[in-house]
Parts: sequence; structure tokens; C-alpha cells
Amino acid sequence: MRGFLTFGAVAGLAIGLIAGPLAKPARADGEHFVLISHAPDSDSWWNTIKNAIKEAGRDLKVTVDYRNPPNGDLADMARLVEQATAANPNGIIVTIADFGVLKGPIAAAVKKGIPVVTINSGTAQQSAELGALMHVGQPEYDAGLAAGKRAKEAGVKSFLCVNHFITNPASVDRCRGFADGVGVPLGNQMLDSGIDPTEVENKVTAYLRANPNTNGVLALGPNSAAPTIRALEKLKLNGKLFFGTFDLSPEIAAGIKSGTIAFAIDQQPYLQGYLPVVVLTLYHRYGVLPGNNINSGPGFITKENIATVEKLAGEYR
Amino acid sequence: MMQVSKAAGASAGAKSSADERVRKMHWAQRAFMRPELGAAAGALLVLGFFMAVAPNSGMFNADGIFNWLTVSAQLGVIAIGASLLMIAGEFDLSIGSMIGFSGMMVAIPAVYWGVPVWLSILFAFAGGIALGLLNGLIVVRTRLPSFIVSLAFLFILRGLTLALSILLTNRTIVSGVADRAKGDWLAPFFGGTVGEPVFVLLANWHLIGQFPDGSPVVPGVPVIVVWWLVLAFVGSFVLTRTQFGNFIFASGGDANAARNLGVPVARVKVLLFGVTAACATLYGVSQVMDFGSAAADRGLQKEFEAIIAAVIGGSLLTGGYGSVVGACFGALIFGVVQQGIYFANWSSDWFRVFLGVMLLMAVLFNKAVRRRVTGER
Repeated sequence: MRGFLTFGAVAGLAIGLIAGPLAKPARADGEHFVLISHAPDSDSWWNTIKNAIKEAGRDLKVTVDYRNPPNGDLADMARLVEQATAANPNGIIVTIADFGVLKGPIAAAVKKGIPVVTINSGTAQQSAELGALMHVGQPEYDAGLAAGKRAKEAGVKSFLCVNHFITNPASVDRCRGFADGVGVPLGNQMLDSGIDPTEVENKVTAYLRANPNTNGVLALGPNSAAPTIRALEKLKLNGKLFFGTFDLSPEIAAGIKSGTIAFAIDQQPYLQGYLPVVVLTLYHRYGVLPGNNINSGPGFITKENIATVEKLAGEYR
Repeated sequence: MMQVSKAAGASAGAKSSADERVRKMHWAQRAFMRPELGAAAGALLVLGFFMAVAPNSGMFNADGIFNWLTVSAQLGVIAIGASLLMIAGEFDLSIGSMIGFSGMMVAIPAVYWGVPVWLSILFAFAGGIALGLLNGLIVVRTRLPSFIVSLAFLFILRGLTLALSILLTNRTIVSGVADRAKGDWLAPFFGGTVGEPVFVLLANWHLIGQFPDGSPVVPGVPVIVVWWLVLAFVGSFVLTRTQFGNFIFASGGDANAARNLGVPVARVKVLLFGVTAACATLYGVSQVMDFGSAAADRGLQKEFEAIIAAVIGGSLLTGGYGSVVGACFGALIFGVVQQGIYFANWSSDWFRVFLGVMLLMAVLFNKAVRRRVTGER
């Protein structure tokens, strides 16, 4: 039995040693908030929001934890919302990735008296229906529609929509809005590209080879835009297709400068991270609350304003 | 072989005390020889660990407990199927894809074709079990390793889930099941909670937390938790107390020897593939009933979690040894660790690292316990 007890002690000690560095230092007296996103671990776009909540936490002397379902499974996300509710933070910031799935858990948090601010995905109406304080985000369909109208002006007749998170309805709204803006029904131009860069590149290449008449491309974010840029370069189509994308990354910024990309739709994620922390902190401390929702986007980034944006891409923009 | 049950017909006449296989043992000694002991000890270890590091985090309040218990229960349901199959010496890597596929089999008929929800649920189970049996038949007929066959099914089913949902509905999340399930006689068996009045009472006596309006923070026991307990009992009974249970051990221990003794190895294995698929379907259906929607990416990587839970529970990757109760403790460890990391407020960037280390520890601990008590090398 002695060896077995020794092993138990060693195991416990090892777990302690590993857990030690991970454990946060003892909390300051500041408020504690939790942000729950729908993004899988591999999604780089959320770095900006992580930076924003880190800085907001530092500036306001509060603690903000970031949580996400590792595989992007929204059912796992619902459990995370329930978990945060059980832990009684001073506020929850959450995306409405799917209204049906998250309705129950978010409403329960509100019912328990935890202030909730919704961000990024979802609509202002859904946010109000759940009893959240406000919504900070970009209306997806409208942003897609605005992009589609720009594409139509540039003469786009048939397009490809590179969707790297097809399981999220917001992504389909973007493609659908773009299709309506161009004035073409959405059929099989929506490509389920997955998130692996090599696969995205090869799928785009295959589609463009099979549909040589395509003269417009919409990418839904850095994860689909960067490989699409590479695919266009290899096909010698860069600059020949009207290429628009959602969101911003260093690669996208370079693409705008070189003329490969016509525009990027910026929903200004930094605001989606920073502002809810401000709102919740002020609400908790003084009971003050703005009377409306905040539209963080859409802003269009083109050759004209890229210089100011570029320095900050990937970190603040 | 674990225990020889009466059903196997250990001839009662041959009780010579010289035969070490039928010698009398003290009950405590016998309890220590069970494969689930290591997992049970591991579960106590992680629970104690989180009680120490996250005592006032809400993890051990009513809503916190049901949060990690629900995660454990969901995983437990598929871990039971996975462990039975593993004891029989086979693998099923298509469990996670089956969760997504079965969810669509419920949601699409119910929402788009106007099929009553109870019929959609039965359809999903029939379809799921049929696919599981097909999986098993291919393994048995082709003699290919089940690892390969079920890996193919992992991709086939995940692909079908996405392709068919886009083809039939043009979307990847099919919601609206909740409205269709209202008033359905079968739906309450797969979603929602049971025992509400008890929880109202508990809340009134302030034994569990209340919402500001006085209703309990936990409406009731999630149905999936009840399923988990029922399946654990049934699965464990079948494995340790019936002839079929002995067939399972024999098929995984040495398929050729079992065949020579007249054990219908092929039939046992095919049937267990069906059971595993049924467990995955139960998971998928209950998730659809809970959230009111099916999605193409449900159940990603759950097959590995189920196998890990079974391994922590003492099942050997090579078959022939293991336990259903152990797999349930394995699932409990997984749920406690996965949600506990959040309650303890560790950065989720480190989640996977920590989970991996914790799992390795649990398995090593488990093995050390087993070695002490069974004298295996």
C-alpha cells in the first residue's frame, strides 16, 4: 500500500505544480466578468477581443475571463454560459451565435440577476428578447448587403463566398446579404472551406478552375481570406477578380495595399471587447447605462484609409 | 476474464478447495479487484482537488453541480457504449459523427417534413442503430480493423450531416424543434428535466439556491442524467451478471478461443456496434431536445472523449478487460475537470494542456491502484 500512497502524493504534487502557474493571483477587489465566445481555439480573429478585454481589465481594475468552446461546438458553449452563471460573476458578455441554442442559458443568467451584454453575433432584437442590457456588434446581413452593392457597382455578376465557419448562421447571413446585394440567388457559390489554410486554398482553387466565369469573391474573415489570396496569386487572378472580405488581419491589409483586395469590412472588434467591460463596470458601480445598442460596424477599409489601420492590424484592429 | 457468473455454468460439483479459481475471498479483497476501483479513486481525487482550489466558486452549488454533472452524463452515455465495445475488442471512432447525424435525423423530418416528433425520434434511433450494425457488419465481414472502418464512418457521417442538411434545408443549424416538440408524448423522455416539485421544495427550504423570483436555480434533474444512471445499471448488469456479458469478455479476450467454445463472436460484435450507435443517438437526440436544434458540428471529437473515459475506467485498449461502472467514473472525471477548470478561473488557453495532464495522471493513478490489488504486471 505504501507505494500506492506515495504515487498518490506524487500525483497530487505534480498536479499542484502544473496548476500553480495557471492559477491567477488572488483577485483584487475589482469586479469579475466573463466573456464567452463561440470561436474555436484555432480562430485567430478573436485575439483583438482578447487584447481588448485584457486592457479594459487593466484600465478599469477589473478581471475579465475569456472562454470559448475548444471545437466551436455551440452546445459546449451553452454549457459554458451555464457554468459562468453558476459561478456568479458580476456580469457576462456573450455572443448570440445561435438564438435557439443559447436562449435558455442566457435567459437563466438574466433571471439569476447577472447583467448580460451580448456582442458580435446576433441581432439587437434577440438581445432585447433575452433581457440583455445591450448589444454591441455589426448587423451581419446588412454588412453583407452593403458589400454586395459595392461588388455590383464594380460589375460583379457571379461570385464565390468562401465560408470558413459555415455552421454559424451569422456566416450564412453574410453570404446571403452579399448575394442579395449583387442580385444573384445564393446557390452553390457558398463554399464550406473549413479552417485549415491548405484546404481552404485548394478548395478555392478547385472552385475557380471549375467556374472560370466567377468575377467576384467574398471571404468571411482572415481564416478564409489569407488562403484565398494565395490561391488567387497562384492562379494569376489577383487584381483581376473583385475581392472583398470581412474583418482585418496583417495579410488582408497587405492585400488591400497591393490591390488584390478591394475592401475589408471592419466590425471593429476592439470595441466589442472593450465597451461591454466599460458598460458592465459602470453599471455595477454606479447603476448608469446607455439607452441604446452600440453598432461597432460596418466600416469599410480601402486603399484610402489602410495606412492608419495597418499599423494596428491583428492587435487592435 | 473478470468474474465467472453463474450463467456461464461453472459446474457446481467441481468445488474442490484446491482449485484457486473458486476459492473463497474476503468481500473487501474482492471489491479491491474490481477494474473500476482506480477510476473511482481518481474521481474522488479530482473532486477533492477542485474542492480545495475552487471552494467558493459556485462549483458545488446546485446549479454548478448540475452543470458538470450534465457534461459527465452526456459523455457517460456514450462512454458506456464505447466501453462495452472496447471490452469486446473493437473500436468505434464514428460516435461523434453519429451524434451530429442523429440530431439531423430528428430535426429535419420534424421541422421540414411535418413528421410528428415522436416518429422522428424513433426514425433517428432506427437509422442510427442500422448504421451501427452496418459498421459492425463491415468490420466482421471484411476482417478490417474496426479502427479503420469506423474512421471511414467518422468522415462519411460527418460529411453526410453537412451535405444533407445543406441540400435539404440550406442551413447547417436546424432549429424550431422545440416548438414542434410541445405536447409530444415521447419528447419529454429525451429532453428537459424531471422531479421539478422536489426542487421547488428544496428551494423553499433554502437547501438549494433560488432565482430572485423564488423559483429554484435548478428546475430539476436533467433527463440525460437519469438515462446515464439507468444505462450504467443495465450495462453493468448485462456485463457482469449475464451469459451475454461473458460472451463480451470472451470475444475481446481471445476471439479464436471464444469461437472454438461456441461463442457467437461475430454476432456479439455487430450487436455492440449497434449498441454504441444507439448510445450516440441518445446523446444526439437529447441534445436536440435540450437546445431545440440540430447542428452539423455537434459531437466533434466526442469519440475520443468516450474512449478516454472508458480507458480511465479501466478498459484495456486490447479488449477483454474493463467495466461499465469504471467508464462512468471516467466520464465523471472528465466532466469535473472540464468544467472545474473554468470554475477555478484558469485561463482557457491552457485548458487542453491541463486536461491532457490531468487525464494522464488519472490513468497512471488508476493503473497503480490496479497493480497493487490485482498483482498484474
